[in-house]
Amino acid sequence: MKYIDEYRDEALTRGLLDEIRRTATRPWTLMEVCGGQTHSLLRSGLDQLLPPEIELVHGPGCPVCVTPLELIDKAIALASRPEVIFVSYGDMLRVPGSERDLFSVKAAGGNVRVVYSPLDSLKIARENPDKTVVFFGIGFETTAPANAMAVVQAKAQGIENFAMLVSHVTVPAAICALLESPDVRVNGFLAAGHVCTVMGYWEYEPLVEKYHVPIVVTGFEPVDIARGVLMCVKQLEEGRAEVENAYARAVRREGNRPAQAVIHDVFEPCDRPWRGIGVIPRSGYRFRDAYRDFDAELRFPEVQTIATKESSLCLSGLVLQGLKKPNQCPAFGKECTPQTPLGATMVSSEGACAAYYRYGRLAEVQTPNPQIQTGQAG
Amino acid sequence: MPLNIASWTCPRPLQNYPTIVMGHGSGGKMMADLIQHLFAPLFDNDLLAQLGDSTTIGLSRIADGLAPDDMRHAIRDMRLAFTTDSFVVSPLVFPGGDIGELAVNGTVNDLAMSGARPLFLSAGFILEEGLRMETLGQIATSVAAACREAGVQLVAGDTKVVNKGHGDGLYINTSGIGVIAPGVDIAPNRAQPGDAVIVSGTMGDHGMAIMSVREGLEFETRIESDTAPLNGLVQAMLAAAPGGEHVGSPIHCLRDATRGGLAAVLNELAAASGAGIEFEERRVPVRPEVHAACEMLGLDPLNTANEGKLVAIVPESQAEAVLGLMRTHPLGQEAARIGRVVAGHPGLVVARTAIGGSRVVDLPAGELLPRIC
Repeated sequence: MKYIDEYRDEALTRGLLDEIRRTATRPWTLMEVCGGQTHSLLRSGLDQLLPPEIELVHGPGCPVCVTPLELIDKAIALASRPEVIFVSYGDMLRVPGSERDLFSVKAAGGNVRVVYSPLDSLKIARENPDKTVVFFGIGFETTAPANAMAVVQAKAQGIENFAMLVSHVTVPAAICALLESPDVRVNGFLAAGHVCTVMGYWEYEPLVEKYHVPIVVTGFEPVDIARGVLMCVKQLEEGRAEVENAYARAVRREGNRPAQAVIHDVFEPCDRPWRGIGVIPRSGYRFRDAYRDFDAELRFPEVQTIATKESSLCLSGLVLQGLKKPNQCPAFGKECTPQTPLGATMVSSEGACAAYYRYGRLAEVQTPNPQIQTGQAG
Repeated sequence: MPLNIASWTCPRPLQNYPTIVMGHGSGGKMMADLIQHLFAPLFDNDLLAQLGDSTTIGLSRIADGLAPDDMRHAIRDMRLAFTTDSFVVSPLVFPGGDIGELAVNGTVNDLAMSGARPLFLSAGFILEEGLRMETLGQIATSVAAACREAGVQLVAGDTKVVNKGHGDGLYINTSGIGVIAPGVDIAPNRAQPGDAVIVSGTMGDHGMAIMSVREGLEFETRIESDTAPLNGLVQAMLAAAPGGEHVGSPIHCLRDATRGGLAAVLNELAAASGAGIEFEERRVPVRPEVHAACEMLGLDPLNTANEGKLVAIVPESQAEAVLGLMRTHPLGQEAARIGRVVAGHPGLVVARTAIGGSRVVDLPAGELLPRIC
């Protein structure tokens, strides 16, 4: 497929891997920030092809994974109300709350629907004037513009039976928090290409100066990731710390201005708790006063008192900070599997634990013969 | 107090109802009308015409289902295949097919995957009050057409009506009986290290046809369901080593790659046989438009359903012959050898990826979920 297959090309990837091998003179630890990149790494098997000097640790960039348990429980409480139609992106349905997930709510008669676009929830609201449609507004800067646009349109069209449960988080604040943490041992970052498509990368420039750590804006296909790793390793070997763009086909320095404008019109920065990590200052969005009528937590104030605690077995917080690999968790693949997830990192298609479970278990069994004999005709 | 619909006597001919009403499942005159005017003319055959509580079939009719070559065997050397499947797809009519065609092909294919020649089907229709009569007519017509195409007879049927809101328009259950010729021995546990893994064509067409309708996606090329009866293709494949006592030996395992797609089938076969399976992702045929739709929706063609594709595991010595025969059949023209059964990593399916890496290909955990971003 055009614009995809070129970036999954074996020869191109091998060329970049050779160059990484030639460039790296000592071990480097890089963090790919986005869960989409983690999945691509494991899905393509790129993780096994990187030279041993390069260790990739998996960052906190999975919106499903970092959404606090408390928010999931609030979502479940809202979805269980008979007057509510609860609308969500698909990933969130299987994330376990403290007692059950949204699938169970649906099975028990709750009206839970999956959409690809938050604008679809406005249509549902128009078609169901006697119900309140609550959209689960989660995600990074990638989903924020569309979610904000849904609220802008709801206001413009006078759709009053629409509200949003907001749990938006932002990447630069998380990178900053990781860099401030004394435990974190990351030498360079592969920034999330999709987030930068919206926000640009000017926000990272003060970070590389302050912390002297390279940040390379990186895409999601194997060739993109290999290129991001190479650019990051080159900087490290040369003692540079700059923001570089390895995803120029999608990202400009200033980002997508109209998308940023709609985010800032609707939301303002606030402190947000990250699942497994804790509260990070100014790391998320909440509604500005002008849009507060659409805040589901104000519309249904009883959910504000919901408070919950995490499974004591789950190490997802350490995984999300790059301090542990998923398979270093004692519960991995035992108490915790995609069928019985203890934490969100095992649920989401972008979660590092799910990626390890789905694609990575072979490493524990053996390394296969890479040459598969398939004869002449196949 | 429940309504006693059977006591309603207002005699209205079927054509006056544009939709199904509860009375059509009452067991009374309206139901008789529905059967007489809609189902009977479409499904007409001598066995159905018995109109008994059960249909009786002479054993000779079953033996007649075999090829002339097999007739020298005694009936006690033959095996029956018997299967059932329920169909609840939404929407009822989708690009490339409808629930009626799917219900016939699904059961025909389940029979064919044991090497059986499908002979007889039953169909149970569960209709939701309010279903348009026109839609029912269209779907029943395609049930009849699919039976003709697959060469099976519909010999038993049932109709029930449920209240509005208690169904999704129309559900169909089909059961089927087929006969397996002596010597044919196809079973999921027969995969052996060294065997070749073959798919009969492009993967993911049906699943993405349904998804694109549900999600309102439009592409330059319309994605159509691949629903098709595979019994003809299987019989063609069984001819790879013709004659003698080894008529069935060219194929060890067959599966139609329905829900869960290719990934699920390979995992089931690896688990059942206790062997490992390796395949090359690049060799799996996927239509460009299906690939594109999967990329957009964050789904994987390997996990996406097919309704007219099979996976075959055959001894290496027979692989070329089987592949050649498949490619001469209209439903196997894009057949491809994608990998092999290995002794290593028993029970695990491993893909060699496009960039030359490798990964485990697991079963999807549950419902396919669209990704956030």
